[in-house]
Amino acid sequence: MSDVIGFQAHPDAEGRPAARDGEPGYGRVATEGVDTSHGAILYLDGITVSFDGFRALNALTLDIDVGELRCIIGPNGAGKTTMMDVITGKTRPDSGTAFFGQTIDLTKLSEPQIAHAGIGRKFQRPTVFENHSVYENLELAMKTDKRARATLRAKLTGEARDRIDDMLELIRLQDSAVRPAGLLSHGQKQWLEIGMLLMQEPQLLLLDEPVAGMTDAETARTAELLNELRGKHSMMVVEHDMDFVNAIAGEGKVTVLHEGSVLAEGKMRDVQTDDRVVEVYLGR
Amino acid sequence: MARTHSYAPPRRGLFTSRAWTALVVLTAFAAALPLLNVFVPADSALHVSAYAIALIGKFMCYAIAALALDLVWGYTGILSLGHGLFFALGGYAHGMYLMRAIGREGAYQSDLPDFMVFLDWKAYPWYWSFTDQWLYAMLLVVLVPGVLAFVFGFFAFRSRIKGVYFSIITQALTFAAMLLFFRNNTGFGGNNGFTDFKRVLGFPITAPSTRAALYLITLAVLVGAFIGARLLVRSKFGRVLTAVRDAESRLMFVGYDQLWFKLFVWVGSAVLCGIAGALYVPQVGIINPGEMSPANSIEMVIWVATGGRGTLIGPIVGAFAVNGLKTWLTTTFPEVWLYALGLVFVLVTLFLPQGLVGLFNRLTQKRRSAAEPSAPVVAASRPIGTQS
Repeated sequence: MSDVIGFQAHPDAEGRPAARDGEPGYGRVATEGVDTSHGAILYLDGITVSFDGFRALNALTLDIDVGELRCIIGPNGAGKTTMMDVITGKTRPDSGTAFFGQTIDLTKLSEPQIAHAGIGRKFQRPTVFENHSVYENLELAMKTDKRARATLRAKLTGEARDRIDDMLELIRLQDSAVRPAGLLSHGQKQWLEIGMLLMQEPQLLLLDEPVAGMTDAETARTAELLNELRGKHSMMVVEHDMDFVNAIAGEGKVTVLHEGSVLAEGKMRDVQTDDRVVEVYLGR
Repeated sequence: MARTHSYAPPRRGLFTSRAWTALVVLTAFAAALPLLNVFVPADSALHVSAYAIALIGKFMCYAIAALALDLVWGYTGILSLGHGLFFALGGYAHGMYLMRAIGREGAYQSDLPDFMVFLDWKAYPWYWSFTDQWLYAMLLVVLVPGVLAFVFGFFAFRSRIKGVYFSIITQALTFAAMLLFFRNNTGFGGNNGFTDFKRVLGFPITAPSTRAALYLITLAVLVGAFIGARLLVRSKFGRVLTAVRDAESRLMFVGYDQLWFKLFVWVGSAVLCGIAGALYVPQVGIINPGEMSPANSIEMVIWVATGGRGTLIGPIVGAFAVNGLKTWLTTTFPEVWLYALGLVFVLVTLFLPQGLVGLFNRLTQKRRSAAEPSAPVVAASRPIGTQS
């Protein structure tokens, strides 16, 4: 039995240094606490993960720049989800290094610590607080002092209201602000969850198949949303849906994974014409 | 950026004006009853019997305990099957003072309570120190349930003990305490507990005016607890508590440490329950380890479920409804009471997952229909005892 799955149930009380306690900085590239002086927010170098002899990731090397919207594509089993698991601390690599900024070694932190350091992950299935209104969901997620005593005295300031209102417009749920989140459609729940992640002001946002199960209109709207976020947040999007990737990739980089390592990297139109990519993935 | 329009839900007062009116009218009505007992002659049609005052006073104590239980169960999703313990501890703490206030009027005319004389004890054990001071006894009423709940809750919540496991441990806790208090040598009167109180703060305990005062204090605590609970559940803290109930792991992902939120509401609930017990003992005139029996704690859960958990009026309605039924049945058909209680629980679980309050809401909403968009009923409709 391999011990690569270093899942820790308890978030450590010490957590990360309180470097993120600065003033709210919604809508800009927040970099406090993470040293991004070399322009990159995430470095993966030679990451290998094996499950019972099967190499899910094979010397994967990848880096993501601050403010970049990076799309990751690849056939089933290419290692996309395992890569996200490594970045969020759910899976420990057998070898290789994973750095968040210049200084934070992700392979040494627990899941809650990584979340606290500023990596937000959106899972495939939306999970929102169904009995709370959309507005309250965003309020609960908003970056602030979340200890019990501070929460007991918490009052919604005008500035906080503005931030929630801005977010409601961004995710286009302003007309559903007072509805319980449980009554939203699947797509709306996904947007709400993206909104909740953004309220926490992560420095890197991981989106795992954000348009899975969405209608065409919802998919188009999600592409619009991500395009609006481009440049303001560093994002990594893992997706199967080629039309969707086409819609959000633009002039940005697309990475193609195959058998646990990078097969090709470049602009979408270049990648699509790459012979090896056509062979393993796009070729039909 | 200055906004001209906000999507924030409109600010509402603590209660709607109709709810305020109802609260004031009900409180005034309840407060008038003991006055009708004391000041209206017994042959008048407006006279309220001492029996009714004692009964309603007792029910109000139960209602406070049910409200306390609802805060942890209905709002936070922590099902306690041991809240009777906190109730009894508050009762015992006040009972210690009441026993010492008997003075030399006991059967053995000793400074010590009769049960200690019977055990041939010569002096009060150390833990009875200062209990002749009423204020100190009141301190114990708050501290004993509070500290016990804190220590127990800290370890249980830190170890992520949840759901049915937590419920079973609370049940075991109250059972263990009951066995401890049944022992004569524990120094709390064994299975007889404390009784035959004579006076409280110098006032004869059976006098109508004393009973009226105790009743009014209980009413004030009930109304105060109700308003305080309303303030809590409508705050951001309250929204975090319901998020603990609905999706605890998601909440951690959002960055809240569930431990201190749970601990706060758990300890607060235990203290409130202890206060209810302290008000209960002088009005009922007895406290014994039977109050700690698991069945009592389960009965509390049934009050809350019947009234409607996850609402604040629900536990109060439930405490009155179930205990009203109990009073009627145990005097007319004593042997069927437990069957009736079980039946109530089964029926409520099957057909009224949101209790009597949920039923009431459904009926009134049907009548109002589409006239106005109704506020969402945020109440747990999951099967009883489940969490997250």
